[in-house]
Amino acid sequence: MKKHAVLDVAQLKTYFYLNNGQVAKAVDGVSLSISPGETVAIVGESGSGKSITALSIMKLINKPGRIVNGEIALNGKEMQALSEKQMTGIRGNDIAMIFQEPMTALNPVFTIGNQITEILRKHKKMNKKDAQAKAIHLLKTVGIPRAEEIIHEYPHQLSGGMRQRVMIAMAISCDPKLLIADEPTTALDVTIQAQILDLMLEMKEKFHMALLLITHDLGVVSEYADRVLVMYGGQIVEQAKTKELLRHTKHPYTQGLMQSLPKLDEDVDRLGTIKGMVPPAYNFPAGCRFSSRCPFVMDKCKVSNPELTEIDTDHFVRCHLYENAGDES
Amino acid sequence: MTTKTDETIYNQPDKNNSMEKNKSPFQIAMHRFTRNKMAVISVFVLLAIIIICILAPVFTDINPEETNLLLIEKGPSEEHILGTNGLGQDNFSRLLYGGRISLIVGFSAMFFTLVIGVLLGSLAGYYGGKIDNIIMRATDIMLMLPFLVLVLTIMAIVDKVTIGLFVSIIALTSWPNLTRIIRGSYLSLREQEFILSAQAIGASDFRIIAKHFIPNAIGPIVVNATLMMATYIIIESALSFIGFGIPQPTPTWGNMISEAQNIRILRNNPEAWIPPGLGILITVLAINFIGDGLRDAFDPRSNQR
Repeated sequence: MKKHAVLDVAQLKTYFYLNNGQVAKAVDGVSLSISPGETVAIVGESGSGKSITALSIMKLINKPGRIVNGEIALNGKEMQALSEKQMTGIRGNDIAMIFQEPMTALNPVFTIGNQITEILRKHKKMNKKDAQAKAIHLLKTVGIPRAEEIIHEYPHQLSGGMRQRVMIAMAISCDPKLLIADEPTTALDVTIQAQILDLMLEMKEKFHMALLLITHDLGVVSEYADRVLVMYGGQIVEQAKTKELLRHTKHPYTQGLMQSLPKLDEDVDRLGTIKGMVPPAYNFPAGCRFSSRCPFVMDKCKVSNPELTEIDTDHFVRCHLYENAGDES
Repeated sequence: MTTKTDETIYNQPDKNNSMEKNKSPFQIAMHRFTRNKMAVISVFVLLAIIIICILAPVFTDINPEETNLLLIEKGPSEEHILGTNGLGQDNFSRLLYGGRISLIVGFSAMFFTLVIGVLLGSLAGYYGGKIDNIIMRATDIMLMLPFLVLVLTIMAIVDKVTIGLFVSIIALTSWPNLTRIIRGSYLSLREQEFILSAQAIGASDFRIIAKHFIPNAIGPIVVNATLMMATYIIIESALSFIGFGIPQPTPTWGNMISEAQNIRILRNNPEAWIPPGLGILITVLAINFIGDGLRDAFDPRSNQR
């Protein structure tokens, strides 16, 4: 029997039912799986459905949103049937999540120690003293100096990088199998970004977690991810191993993203851009969702949305341009 | 490699900031509160009034409800410092015991309004949707009814108004304002990432409300509770004054002033109605100053003060 993936998501669809009767298809048929110890990155512009995918996995979608379809399995265990109460046992314990804004992700009125020990006491049923000791240990693990003092301090006394470290400490406190990081470094300085990402990888190795990294930064991806999913308009448009994706970029959207990155070895005056904006999720073009912005758009693209097809080993693309590629080779 | 820069930066003792070091936002607010002189004086004044009222038996051994028909509307004397009223009851004793009732009514009405308001506001603000809709429509209906007329009607129907009944009537009719305020602050808190973060870490609804919402909304809650208490003391006096409050012979400040409706007493016996009037004035003023001080202390924009 095949070894269970840590996370298996099949045909996830999360729709938001707007007041005016429109339906925003924020996530529309996303399938992904993460093996133990793997780092998978989801890349895409703002509004492409990355964060909603992550929140759907945690089952933290609030009204008017709803997961309308899809199977989410954690370690081979179906999560659809679980009650809200069972989910609170899983969140933090089996899956943990780190958010984008370390500035607001900690409760301003409690000490750092208070917030970490609360999780330990709830999920691990530790007593106060043990939890305190563990909290100090965790803070040291994530590279916070003076941990004994920091646990008595409040979030407003820490810098952004420190807070994000605290968030990581909280996330790993119950040894989750899967850590979801939703743009964990977007709000931080570039130098701190590298530290935090290194730290997350280190923690991943140390605690044998799988990591789902959500980002819009291809630079981050190239350095840290094993596999990349590129999302556009709530769908995966390209999916491959990191090296493969960066070397043999297929989808016009991914190519656009690549061109918009500054490169050290080339001297260009203007960086490439992808013209236009992500169409709103309640008003996608009829055919391919990227057709309105695609430089290689064909008539076909405006009528039918291509399927995600495997054009090379482990390299999937959703584009009409490559539809016959598999047959030709 | 990852920690080196941090270590050098964070190991430096933070001398400038040592004043605010390790203080919870609540402690910082209290620190700011102590800088408001009027508010601090008011705290002492209010405490003094409370202590005097609690220790009423120490200051006088006359029963405030005891009537003496031989001593009606007498002026101040050695035995009756503030004279007696139309039933020959001792005014001084009634002033102290009446203060007890007024403060108890104000405090307990505030407490129960707080319980109802926080509970409903929390449910509405946290869950939103249908629950929010039901609760907010209920508050709309309650706010639609004119408060005074409603209270007067209830008081008129009920045979004997006791303190407990009086408090529950006030609490049951005046929760909507607080509910709205709490719901409002929850709506803005709900968008904060630490709430999502708490959910993601597996906190239950109850825990999120108790540990994340209420402590963060404590500012508006405390401020409104204080101001509410002042209002309720006034309401008690006003209703007693027009005869719809706590009935005689129980002394309250409002009851004492209502005796001044008699023009003879108003003119000839100022010692009978000025003290309870001052009692109400000073108490309410003190509470309002405390409320103002708390509002400034909790308002993040008044940081510079």
